[in-house]
Amino acid sequence: MELFKSTMNIDFIGKIKWALLFSIALMAISVISLLVKGGPRYGLDFEGGTLVQVKFSKEVDIGAVRDAVSGLNIENVSVQEFGEKGTHEFIIGMKKTTEELEGIADTVRETLQSRFGAESMEIRRIEIVGPKVGQDLRKKATLAIIFSLIGMLIYIWWRFELRFGVGGVLCLFHDVTITVGALSIFNKPIDLIIVAALLTIVGYSINDTIVVCDRIRENLKKMSHKGLPEIINVSINQTFSRTILTNLTVIIVLFSLYFLGGEVIHDFAFSLLVGCFFGTYSTIYIAGPLVIYWEKIFPAKRRR
Amino acid sequence: MDKSLKWRFLLLVVVVAVSVLYLIPSFVKVPSWWEGTFPSEKISLGLDLQGGMHLILEVETEKALSNTVDRMISDLSDLLFNERIPFDKIERVGSDKLTLELLNTSFQDKLNKLLKDRFPNLDKLRYDEKEGIALYTLGLRTEDKEYLKQFAVDQGLETIRNRIDEFGVSEPTIQKQGNDRILIQLPGIKDSKRALALIGKTALLEFKIVNDDYDVKKAIAGEMPPDSEVLYSKRENRETGETTNEPYLVKKTTALTGEHLQTARVNFDQFNEAYVTISFDTLGAKIFERITRENVKKRLAIILDNNVYSAPVIREPIAGGRASIEGRFTTEEARDLAIVLRAGSLPAPVKILEQRTVGPSLGQDSIRTGIRSCLIAGAAVFIFMAAYYLLSGLIANAALFLNMMIIMAALAAFRASLTLPGIAGIVLTIGMAVDANVLIFERIREELRAGKTPRASVDAGYSRAMSAIIDSNVTTIIAALFLFQFGTGPIKGFAVTLTIGLTASVFTAVVCTRIVYDYFLSKRRIKKLSI
Repeated sequence: MELFKSTMNIDFIGKIKWALLFSIALMAISVISLLVKGGPRYGLDFEGGTLVQVKFSKEVDIGAVRDAVSGLNIENVSVQEFGEKGTHEFIIGMKKTTEELEGIADTVRETLQSRFGAESMEIRRIEIVGPKVGQDLRKKATLAIIFSLIGMLIYIWWRFELRFGVGGVLCLFHDVTITVGALSIFNKPIDLIIVAALLTIVGYSINDTIVVCDRIRENLKKMSHKGLPEIINVSINQTFSRTILTNLTVIIVLFSLYFLGGEVIHDFAFSLLVGCFFGTYSTIYIAGPLVIYWEKIFPAKRRR
Repeated sequence: MDKSLKWRFLLLVVVVAVSVLYLIPSFVKVPSWWEGTFPSEKISLGLDLQGGMHLILEVETEKALSNTVDRMISDLSDLLFNERIPFDKIERVGSDKLTLELLNTSFQDKLNKLLKDRFPNLDKLRYDEKEGIALYTLGLRTEDKEYLKQFAVDQGLETIRNRIDEFGVSEPTIQKQGNDRILIQLPGIKDSKRALALIGKTALLEFKIVNDDYDVKKAIAGEMPPDSEVLYSKRENRETGETTNEPYLVKKTTALTGEHLQTARVNFDQFNEAYVTISFDTLGAKIFERITRENVKKRLAIILDNNVYSAPVIREPIAGGRASIEGRFTTEEARDLAIVLRAGSLPAPVKILEQRTVGPSLGQDSIRTGIRSCLIAGAAVFIFMAAYYLLSGLIANAALFLNMMIIMAALAAFRASLTLPGIAGIVLTIGMAVDANVLIFERIREELRAGKTPRASVDAGYSRAMSAIIDSNVTTIIAALFLFQFGTGPIKGFAVTLTIGLTASVFTAVVCTRIVYDYFLSKRRIKKLSI
C-alpha cells in the first residue's frame, strides 16, 4: 500500500509566508489565552491543595455532594464528576491547605460518611500537596523543560549544524507553546503528568525535524548545484510519507490512550495529541523555512 | 556476511531466552528449585496501581536546635545555681541562641571558665555591659548546628523505619530526600489516618511534677510561677465526639523522659479498657525511684507530645521502674502507642509536605484501563503495519512484540515498578518504536524505485536510515532522562519504560529485523521483497 506518490513534489517553501503567519497566529492565541486567564492553570501538583476521590455504590447527585461539603466552610472547594457517567464517582478538590494537611481530607471523609453512610462509599484516592512542594515542583518542571530544550539544541548542533539546531528548537518552542495554549483554552490543569507529556513532545517532535535535516544534509552533498530553498523543498517531499506515517502510528496509540486509558491519562494523551499534530505540521512547514531565514541573516561562509 | 548472520541470530536467541527467564516469575508461580538458579523477581507495581500511601515528610530541624538550646539552658541554670553565680533571665533567642544576664561582673572569670569547660560547643557571640550587669549572648556553633540537624533527620528516619517495621508493612520504602526530607512509601496501606498518626507522632514522653502549690486558674490568668508552665489534657469523648481541655500546672523541669524506656506493652484493666504499661532500663528505674521518693504525695504528670495523659498521685516511692499510661484508648490506639514508644521519639517533629493515598480498587481499575488501551493500541498498529508493508510489516510487528517483552523483562530485572504513566510509556513506545521500521522501509522502497536489486535496496535502506534512527532515539531519551531526574514516583515510571522501550527498539527494529532479511536474501535467495 502507498498513501503518498513517490513523485510528489509539493511546493512547501512557496507557502512559507502563510505558514509563518498561521504559526504566529496560533502562538498569539495561546499567549493571549494564557494572559487572559492569568497564567497557566496549575493542577494540584503545582498549586498545592487537597483532593479526595470518592466512589458511591448508589446513585448520588452531584448537588448533594456539593451541599455536604459546602457546610464545611472550606474556601475554594470544588466538586466534579469523575470518569464515565453512572459510576457515581466524584472528585472533591480544595485549593487551600493548612499547616495540618491531613486534617482537611479527614474532615471531608467524615462529613461524607455521616451524610451518605460509610458502607455506600469508598474513598479511592487522597492527594495532599503542601504549597512548598508545589512551588518546588513548578520550579523543577520549568527547569526540566528549559534544560531539555537546551539539550536538544546542543545535540543537533553537535550532530548537524547550528542553523538546524536553532530551527529545530524554535519548532519545539512553537509546539510546546501551542500545546500549553490548547490546555489553557480547554481549561485543563497542568500537572506533573502534563509536564511528562510536554517533555515527551520535546523529545519526540524533534525526531521528524532530525529526519528532515538528515535528508537536507544528504541532499546538500548530492545536489550542490541547486539552491538551498530547493534542496530543502526536495528533502521535505522525500521524507513526507515517513513523517506522516510515523506520526500516524503515534496518533493511533494516542487515540487509544485518550479514549481508553482512563481519566488520569486523559489530559496526558490530549497534550500529546496536540503536540504531535502541531509537531508534524511544524516539521514540514516551519523547520525548513527557519533554516532559510537563518541563512539570510547569517549566510554560511562556505557553501557545501 | 554469513558468519555475522549466525552471530546475530545467536544474540537474538540469547536476548529472547533471557527475557523469557525474567518474565516467567511475573506470570506463573515458580517452583522452589527455580529460585536461586534463575531470576525470581516479579514486576513490581507502583503505588498508583497496587494502592498504598506515598508520603513526604519534612523534619523540622530548627526545632532540634531549639530543643538542644532549651536543654542547655536548663543545665546551665542548674549549674549556675549550684556554683552560686548570681544570674537572671536566661532565655532562648531564635532557635540557636541564648542570652544570659550576669548580675555581678566580678564573677565574669568564673563564668567564662565554666562555659569553656562545660559548654564547649557554645560560642560567645556578643557581650554587653551596663550598670554592673553583663549580658551574654551565646550561640551554637555552625558545625554543631549542621551536625544536630543532620542527626535529627538520620535519627528520625531510623525511628520511623523502626515504627513501620513493627507496624508490619510489606516492602516499605523509607529514604532520605534532599537535606531534611524523608520519603515514605507504604504499599497496600488501607488506613491512611492510622499510619499517619503512627509515623508522624513525635512521641516525646515526659514525666513532670505537678505544681499544686499554685492555682491553675491564676496561673493561666497571668500569675505564672517562674518555674512552671501550663499543659493541657486534651480528651475526646468517643461517643459524643466532644473534646475537653483540662489544664495542669506543671514544673518546667522534665523529671524523666522516654529515653530510658525499655519496653511498652498493651494491657487491659478490669473494664476491658486498654492501657499501655512501660518499664525503664536500670538507669531509668533508678531515676524514677528517686523522683517518686522525693515527691511522695505530689502528682506526677505523664506527658506525651505536650499532652497530659494522666497525673496520678505518688503514694509511695516506686522501685522497679514500671509505669502505666492511661488515656481511654481503643485497642488499636494503645497498640500503636506502644509501638511508637518502643521505637523511640523523633528528635524533631515532622511535617507532612505531601501525601498521596490510592485505594486498591482504583489501582485495579487503572490496571484494567491501562492494559485495555495497550492491547487496542498494539492491535491497531499491528494491523496498520501489516496492511501497509505486508510481510515486512509482519517482521516489524514481531520486532515490536519482542520489544514489549524486553521492556517487561527489564522492569523485572531492574526492579523498577510499573506505574500507570509507565503503562502509557509502553503504549507510546508501541507507536514510536515502529518509527525506525517505517524509516527503513520507506528508504528501501525509495531504493527499489530507483531500480536497485532487493539485496542492494535492503543494504542501502538500513545503512542510510541508521543515522536518523540513532539521532531521533537519542533526543527522545535525552528528554526522558530530564524527566526521570525531575519526576516523582509514577512519572519516573513513564521515563523508565519509555527509555527502555526506545533503547530496545534500536535493537529489535534494526538488528533483529535485519536478520530476517539477510536470511531470506542470502540463504533463500528470494528475488522479490514484500514491502
